Amino acid sequence: MKALRDVFGETLVALGKTNPNILVLDADLANSTKADKFAVEHPDKFLEMGIAEQNFVGVAVGLASLGFVPWLSSFTVFFTHRAVDPIRMLVAQTHANVKIGAAYAGLLTGLTGKTHQDVEDLAIMRAMPGMTVLAPADEFEGEAMIRWATEFAGPVYLRLARDASPPVFDSDYAFTPGKTYHLREGYDLLLISTGPQSVRCVEAAERLAEQGISAGVLHVPSIKPVKTEEIVTACEPVPIIFTVEEHNVFGGLGGLVAEILAEHLPKLMIRFGIEDRWGESAPNDFLLDQFQLSGPRLSERIVNRLRVAKS
Amino acid sequence: MSVKTDYKELEVLAQRGRWLVISTVAGSGAGHVGGPLSAMDLMVALYFRVMDVRPQEPQWPERDRFILSKGHSAIGQYTVMALRGYLPVEELKTFDKGRSRLQGHPDVTKLPGLETSTGSLGQGLSVGLGFALGGRLRGQKFHTFILIGDGELQEGMIWEALHIAPRYKLGNLTAILDWNGLQQFGWLLAPGEKHRGDRRDPWAGVDLKTIFEKLGWRVLEIDGHDYSQIVPALDAAKKFGDSDQPTIIVAHTIKGKGVQITEGKFEWHSKVATKEELYAVAAELGVEEVGV
Repeated sequence: MKALRDVFGETLVALGKTNPNILVLDADLANSTKADKFAVEHPDKFLEMGIAEQNFVGVAVGLASLGFVPWLSSFTVFFTHRAVDPIRMLVAQTHANVKIGAAYAGLLTGLTGKTHQDVEDLAIMRAMPGMTVLAPADEFEGEAMIRWATEFAGPVYLRLARDASPPVFDSDYAFTPGKTYHLREGYDLLLISTGPQSVRCVEAAERLAEQGISAGVLHVPSIKPVKTEEIVTACEPVPIIFTVEEHNVFGGLGGLVAEILAEHLPKLMIRFGIEDRWGESAPNDFLLDQFQLSGPRLSERIVNRLRVAKS
Repeated sequence: MSVKTDYKELEVLAQRGRWLVISTVAGSGAGHVGGPLSAMDLMVALYFRVMDVRPQEPQWPERDRFILSKGHSAIGQYTVMALRGYLPVEELKTFDKGRSRLQGHPDVTKLPGLETSTGSLGQGLSVGLGFALGGRLRGQKFHTFILIGDGELQEGMIWEALHIAPRYKLGNLTAILDWNGLQQFGWLLAPGEKHRGDRRDPWAGVDLKTIFEKLGWRVLEIDGHDYSQIVPALDAAKKFGDSDQPTIIVAHTIKGKGVQITEGKFEWHSKVATKEELYAVAAELGVEEVGV
């Protein structure tokens, strides 16, 4: 079990050996994001840009126009909030070949608190025309996405959680943009999730099975683009759908699925996530419990919700 | 590299450029005038004397790069590019009118010859830094020029780039500050206060030259409307391309320069000339065919 930040550093190191155009730009967080691994192996291709996130986005756009593939490395919040204007105008509007390695995504950011917990990034980034938005569940999907994004010609926002999660894929995993993945089949309800939260949904589904409830889990690693028809097909057989995300319930995965179902398959859908409030500094287990996103808390909530639905 | 010391040709081009800016904006019913006019002489010198470019082959890899960071002055850049042969002068009439390559702010996805998109202020220098850094990494010899405004110099992102460029020793990067002392609205003059425009210079009393020097830039200071200062300064900056220090040219300019009714008036930041005003400007600039 490997942390996604280690996967980030190690995959870039490997790509740096075969792809002569890769550059990594850091905003003084390399030893947190693990871009420092690349700095050690490829010092000439590692550009320290200091604590200045707006500027380093612009620099990457200039480098991309000369055929380089610049990977930007910083924390999620500093991209989607501090540097959102250059990302919008210089990267998205020009379809620049810039890769955004957004580390410390979601709630579990290593005791940093609400300032560093980005509960809005999916809403912001998926509303940006031309942006690809990806959220891997585990180390295998993370590596595949980094490799895919490096080859893809265009901007990519890669939402990387800080820590490790139990793998749901293996080394045979191949990433296809837009594709969704059935992590578990079920006929009473369907859980739809993204990033490492999908792994916790599998755990919740296992607990539900012990209580005689059959829950499927659909993992949506590609927030944009997304294969609408796959979501519709997955939702068709079940009477109720739950979306679950480490993000505000507004505008993220829940918003995405609600938009699709409202147009193609209107049915009962419940959004679980962060209910329009800010995070706090605390260990991961505490936060997952507090925000009711751990496997046990999720299964409890679902049982309660089903009870309400029946009565 | 320029060898000519006769600048009459440039003055004539700039005169024509000023007319095209003011008449195009009048034709479109919206646009900016003051900024394009303050930057006109700098851009004419760049495109006609200093930069190594091929208008018929705008993607030529070895071309010198130019970014108009103060993107709202786009019509000024389009005009100079049209005069230089990147696009037909006639095409200026499509400015802002829908399905045009000439967007209100420069759009790199529409018009070949532009190097990036600008409009949200303060972002061009960072992209230029990327060009200069990439050029060094690729071993290419082109030079990068970024024109920034004294208004957008208030944006924090510019200062991020000003801090980093000297660290990477980018002699192949030149910033040009179009210091015209006015912005869209700005600050009122205090009673008795005198500035070259009718509002307070945003950088009045600030020693920008020393600040840039202390940040590690080579600073050249010129009158941004005097070709005998503009061309040698730009040439010198280009000659420093292999040096280990970026250059910033502090160009003292006048907003709305070259047209009586617009010079030094903040309201001409974005204003459309009336028919009567256009005839007066045409007479002043010696334009025969007004065509309004």
